[in-house]
Amino acid sequence: MTSTPPAPDGAPPAAVDGPAVSLRIDAATPLEPHATGSAEEQPVLAFRGVHFYYGSFRAVKDVTVDIHRNRITALIGPSGCGKSTLLRTINRMNDLIPHTRLEGQVLFHGENLYAPYVDPVEVRRRVGMVFQKPNPFPKSIYDNVAFGPRVTGMKGNLDDLVEASLRRAALWNEVKDKLKQSGLSLSGGQQQRLCIARAIATEPELILMDEPCSALDPRATLQIEDLMAELTERYTIVIVTHNMQQAARASDYTVFLNMAEDRAGYIVEQDETTRIFTNPANKMTEDYVSGRFG
Amino acid sequence: MSVSAVTTSSVQRSLRSGGRDWAGFVFEIVLLLSLLFALVTLFVLLADVLAKGLPVFAERGLDFLTSPLSSRPSQAGVAQGIIGTLIMAVLVPLFAFPVGVLTAVYLEEYAPDNRLTRLITVNIRNLAGVPSVVYGLLGLAVFVAAFAALGFGNGRNILAGALTLAVLVLPLVIITASEAIRAVPSTIREAGFGIGASHWQVVRTLILPSAAPGILTGMVLALSRALGETAPLILAGAVMGSFSTGGSLGEILTGPYTVLPIIVYDWARKPQADFRELTSAAIIVLLAVTLFANAIAILLRNRYVREW
Repeated sequence: MTSTPPAPDGAPPAAVDGPAVSLRIDAATPLEPHATGSAEEQPVLAFRGVHFYYGSFRAVKDVTVDIHRNRITALIGPSGCGKSTLLRTINRMNDLIPHTRLEGQVLFHGENLYAPYVDPVEVRRRVGMVFQKPNPFPKSIYDNVAFGPRVTGMKGNLDDLVEASLRRAALWNEVKDKLKQSGLSLSGGQQQRLCIARAIATEPELILMDEPCSALDPRATLQIEDLMAELTERYTIVIVTHNMQQAARASDYTVFLNMAEDRAGYIVEQDETTRIFTNPANKMTEDYVSGRFG
Repeated sequence: MSVSAVTTSSVQRSLRSGGRDWAGFVFEIVLLLSLLFALVTLFVLLADVLAKGLPVFAERGLDFLTSPLSSRPSQAGVAQGIIGTLIMAVLVPLFAFPVGVLTAVYLEEYAPDNRLTRLITVNIRNLAGVPSVVYGLLGLAVFVAAFAALGFGNGRNILAGALTLAVLVLPLVIITASEAIRAVPSTIREAGFGIGASHWQVVRTLILPSAAPGILTGMVLALSRALGETAPLILAGAVMGSFSTGGSLGEILTGPYTVLPIIVYDWARKPQADFRELTSAAIIVLLAVTLFANAIAILLRNRYVREW
């Protein structure tokens, strides 16, 4: 509990108080001066003093994290520490569960995603998600990828978009001759890459991955990790993983959560991944990443 | 179970003991007997009906299918019953399925999970168990009376009958559709929402197509039930005995009507021995028409499953 960053509870960022900024962002214009790697760069996404409740049970408490552009942020921690819950606050998937509540702010480009006027459907269009178990629709490979653009009413050549998405998901060469076949006919690793292609077809900025490799074999896992590295050219990724090696290998920044006495998840330590795994500030982090508990 | 340390010989002994699982064996026999009981009953019924009814077809051929009702056994046919039952097979789904499926979608997808919703759901299940003759009374009091008030003669027409049967099978349709919708894997819903589909889009493009086979199976069950019903239609105005009706569709829909089960019931009560065979023959026709209607529904379902 020692190394949580200074609690910013009382200090909401200025942007929230300004006039409501539209969530619609013109992809062509850069959002801010390009400053790769600079620590001062405005984060794409920022948790500010977030508490999350299932009914009266607090599952996550006082989370403050910055998610930086074009980087992979890993959320690690023992089972039940609220990693997935935290991930799902970003695209408001928790809204689908009745009696849930969030306190604090989740800022996306400075806009609070939990402001009353924000449409969760629009949020999910800007934030893609890949789930624990590959879950392609029982539709053709083509229709799986085209689903997002179709429901969001995207204009343009659908064939090109499907091809580009499958290429970015490193799946095109394997499926280009069988786009009409069912997505369920693919292997597990291919299905998961199909789900990634489906998620990026709507051109999200942020991709959430909820233990995307837990149902895959080591080879498919490595493929997905390589793919994630490639995807950071265009996208920002937040990944929940149980696999310490995966967090060490694939992520740039790591957030370690643990469960407090009251079973609420809280951040023990967050830092550059190399630091978390080689020289953590907190004893608990060290024990966890070295496999001594969790 | 020996307490001694595991040795090669003790392992071998236990592996070789080859004991028979008698409880499991008896259970399997009981299962098999249950199956046989059901099959034999069905077979006896069918054999009896075929033995009595087939000679009628051999003797009269298609004439039995195309002749109208008559009090003379040698001339009586089931033409009006076939027409009535086929019209029912079209009208009942037309009335019951849109309402039933939409109700199920509302209950499963939109209704808040509170006491009122649960009360409604429980009562829909109870309605499925209400004796069909009660629905006949409802049909008489509501639909027949309504058609009479609207000036359609005495109101005892096939539209009133079809509405009565539609209400009768509605709980069945709602229950099977609800269960089909509930059985759609939550991963599919999550994937849809995660991409940014609205609730309506998730329901329309993912949940309903996934649930379609189950919903259509419910439709087959409901149709079979509706086409075999007798009691509610006796109350809701189906004609027993002979009648004549005009040839145009409008006259058929608003004039007197009958269906095959009613004919079966009516003939089975007649004193003349000749009607025994006719009854069996009418049962064969009823079975054939029901199978035909179900076959169409099943074809629809299979085609739908392939396309999705």
